[in-house]
Amino acid sequence: MVGTVDGNGAHIELDAVEKVFDVRRKAGRWRRERHQVRAVDGISFSVPRGEMVGYIGPNGAGKSTTIKMLTGILMPSGGRVRVAGIDPSRDRTKLARRIGVVFGQRTTLWWDLPLKDSYQLVRRLYRIEDGRYAKNLARCVDLLDLGPLLDVPVRQLSLGQRMRGDIAAALLHDPEVLYLDEPTIGLDVVSKAKVREFLRTVNAEQGTTVLLTTHDLTDIEQLCERVMVIDHGRLMYDGGLSGLHAVGESERTLVVDFERELPAVVVAGARCVKVEGPRQWLAFPAAASAAPLVAELAARYPLVDLSVREPAIEDVIARMYSSSPVPAQTAVPAAGRSAR
Amino acid sequence: MGGIRLYAAVALSGFRRFATYRVATAAGVFTNTVFGFILAYTYIALWDARPGLGGYDRSQALTYVWVGQALLMTTAMMGGGFQDELIERIRTGDVAIDLYRPADLQVWWLATDLGRAAFHLLGRGVVPMLIGALAFELTLPASALTWLLFLVSVTLGVVVSFALRYLVVLSAFWLLDGAGVSQIAGLASMFFSGALLPLTLFPGWLGELARALPWAALQQIPADVFLGRHTGTGLLRVFAFQAGWALALLAAGRALQSVATRKVVVQGG
Repeated sequence: MVGTVDGNGAHIELDAVEKVFDVRRKAGRWRRERHQVRAVDGISFSVPRGEMVGYIGPNGAGKSTTIKMLTGILMPSGGRVRVAGIDPSRDRTKLARRIGVVFGQRTTLWWDLPLKDSYQLVRRLYRIEDGRYAKNLARCVDLLDLGPLLDVPVRQLSLGQRMRGDIAAALLHDPEVLYLDEPTIGLDVVSKAKVREFLRTVNAEQGTTVLLTTHDLTDIEQLCERVMVIDHGRLMYDGGLSGLHAVGESERTLVVDFERELPAVVVAGARCVKVEGPRQWLAFPAAASAAPLVAELAARYPLVDLSVREPAIEDVIARMYSSSPVPAQTAVPAAGRSAR
Repeated sequence: MGGIRLYAAVALSGFRRFATYRVATAAGVFTNTVFGFILAYTYIALWDARPGLGGYDRSQALTYVWVGQALLMTTAMMGGGFQDELIERIRTGDVAIDLYRPADLQVWWLATDLGRAAFHLLGRGVVPMLIGALAFELTLPASALTWLLFLVSVTLGVVVSFALRYLVVLSAFWLLDGAGVSQIAGLASMFFSGALLPLTLFPGWLGELARALPWAALQQIPADVFLGRHTGTGLLRVFAFQAGWALALLAAGRALQSVATRKVVVQGG
């Protein structure tokens, strides 16, 4: 069952959680129409301690709303949320001491103050004892290359520097659970790699449970074994990254070079999607074998070269988003995963 | 207690944040001084025509002007301070970050504002006051105790001012754009704090009303304490007036805050 309580292991747990917003819309000069938006529409999942999970979906899918409910900023309209055994909206402050949050598009740091002053405030805020504070700060400074930045006012930091500073601020109090809401947004390749490496280390060494929201699927591919896909406020997929291909009915592509230009070839089990001079692109189901296709092509056409391309995870997910506007709840192939 | 150390650190950061901008401070001191001179000459003309107006002699009236310039930023008589920043945070949704911290939103921002006020009293208050004292014949307190009582009154005034501005800020949870309310509140504050004219000059019922409203705690009362116009039980009465408004407005802010954070959507993704 999805979201089944598995007792001691579950660190983040949602059971049939809903969040409904009342929205007023203009309907004529004076009249306002009230209608309801179901931002989160019955989501259930469970994340065991120490797992790093990707939480993805298109804009407006309900990702941030879920995270706000997990921090206790928003109260669910229905269902049950538990993080580290705490009901977030009821015991927001108590929970706050045990979780860390990073919003890629916002900063927890104090704009006018040097980075190290922000950390001093964080230290008081979470009542971190001196030894632990010194140790954690040293580790973050080392792994995130913050040394030269400590005396710089936050407003003078570049986006990548600020982001690293923010991630460190979220980890100084050794949170058990870390929510990352687009932590690599706007970062260059080098900064992204550094942030990912750091998150991997923290997860491995501290056993921190991590929920990662992102639009950069490379983040997910490099960090998470498990991924949850949400759209229209519903969980559409919960499982391994590889399983996404099967669910998304993804296709592999056979790129064929012929001796000369040919009209689009017609073969069973594949369709020609693109022709460019003597080169053609043939799509076939990811689950099918390429061998019979290659054999038939080689028998019928003058082949020069060929290669098989794996489906990009982006395409798989894009197809998933567009395929089911209002998915049925039963479409979630998550069984077994949460009961791990 | 960890809480007190936290909020002390927050207040210190509030102080340091404003201390960062030295050129802005210098420009502000200049502005305060110029305004002080303009008001001072206006008051001189007024008190020459009507000696003893509002119960002040000319020197006391001039002292009232310069105390007012020293307090203009300190008790944020034109609004501002944390107010604009927090309204902006509500509008953009950054307030989410304040809300998930293990700290109380109201106490947090009160601490920030006390730190700011301390900076503004030193950075924006002392120099105009000195210049005023050099240029005009002011009535300065003779005893150290009066200076101390003045500081108490200013602190209470800052808390009242904070509590008023906090209510303005909370309206942004519903209105999303706090600019209109801020402007109205700023105007009311300028008028009813006594920043333009002492409230003792206001005639009849308007004067009664102005002296009973919380804004009187921002300039009128601290200036009168500075001038030694309140003594004994009178002094206790004005402190009780300030503290009473501070508590009532803080409590109203708390109540509204819990409604706001429970009911209203935090903006943005």
